[in-house]
Amino acid sequence: MSGENVLSQSFEIIGGNFGRAGKASTTVKDILKELGIDPSIIRRTAIATYEAEMNVVMYAEKGEMTLRVTPEMVHLHLQDQGPGIPDIKLAMKEGYSTATPEMREMGFGAGMGLPNIKKNSDLFEISSEVGKGTRLEIVIYLNPKVKANP
Amino acid sequence: MQLMNIINALSLEVLQLQGDFNVEVRGGYTSDMLSDVLAHSREKNIWITFQTHQNVVAVAKLKDLAAVIFVNNRTPDEDTLKRAREENVILLRTADSAFGISGKLYGLIMPKD
Ligand SMILES: Nc1ncnc2c1ncn2[C@@H]1O[C@H](COP(=O)(O)OP(=O)(O)OP(=O)(O)O)[C@@H](O)[C@H]1O
Ligand SMILES: [Mg+2]
Repeated sequence: MSGENVLSQSFEIIGGNFGRAGKASTTVKDILKELGIDPSIIRRTAIATYEAEMNVVMYAEKGEMTLRVTPEMVHLHLQDQGPGIPDIKLAMKEGYSTATPEMREMGFGAGMGLPNIKKNSDLFEISSEVGKGTRLEIVIYLNPKVKANP
Repeated sequence: MQLMNIINALSLEVLQLQGDFNVEVRGGYTSDMLSDVLAHSREKNIWITFQTHQNVVAVAKLKDLAAVIFVNNRTPDEDTLKRAREENVILLRTADSAFGISGKLYGLIMPKD
């Protein structure tokens, strides 16, 4: 990826910690606001980061989210240590969820998280190794023209 | 309509005072599923929900929502209130059901045809 880094920062995400959940995403949002990034880009990033962060909280032991902002894009990388996803195609299907009854009571488990991330990103890659963990790569371009001619 | 005028018109209880009460509200969204709210609510919407835990505050902040209304007199715990104060997310409460308060809010702010 080209372009000089404007900023790079990593956030730790702890599995099962529903109290702290969302802190990484709200911090990313504050950073992007501070940088003067376009509000519509911030909104899309906020959705993607929160859904990705919550999946680590809900399903993994721990993970790390790295934010990189370049003049061209917001780039997010997530790596977790956890059970992994046996069938990614199934997991990407809207409505599919393995959330527990407790999670569903809290309003999680609509099976919309991964589809939401995909919808809000220009590039989205997911890979997973069962028993090891899951990796996400998300790119949101700052300039909509870049999306048309990558 | 400004949030404070909606609060008065619908006799909503204000649970914490940090936030922008002058914000011009642009509609509402009623749901108890967080991913649904992330996907479909709009900036400056009022979110009507039964959920009262901390993640509600995170979602409201991430989506730039105008306020959250807890229905059926549901009471958030102290952690939720604290986080809302920190993040400037206005929390409101009503004795009405989600159906009832959604109808009232709709009648108040949605344009008549
Ligand atoms: N990081 C992860 N580690 C392990 N499994 C995951 C991970 N992320 C997603 N999954 C699996 O993929 C399924 C679908 O995820 P998705 O985020 O789309 O929906 P959900 O988390 O179940 O519900 P929602 O996001 O609407 O609250 C999950 O139920 C889970 O089985
Ligand atoms: Mg999810």
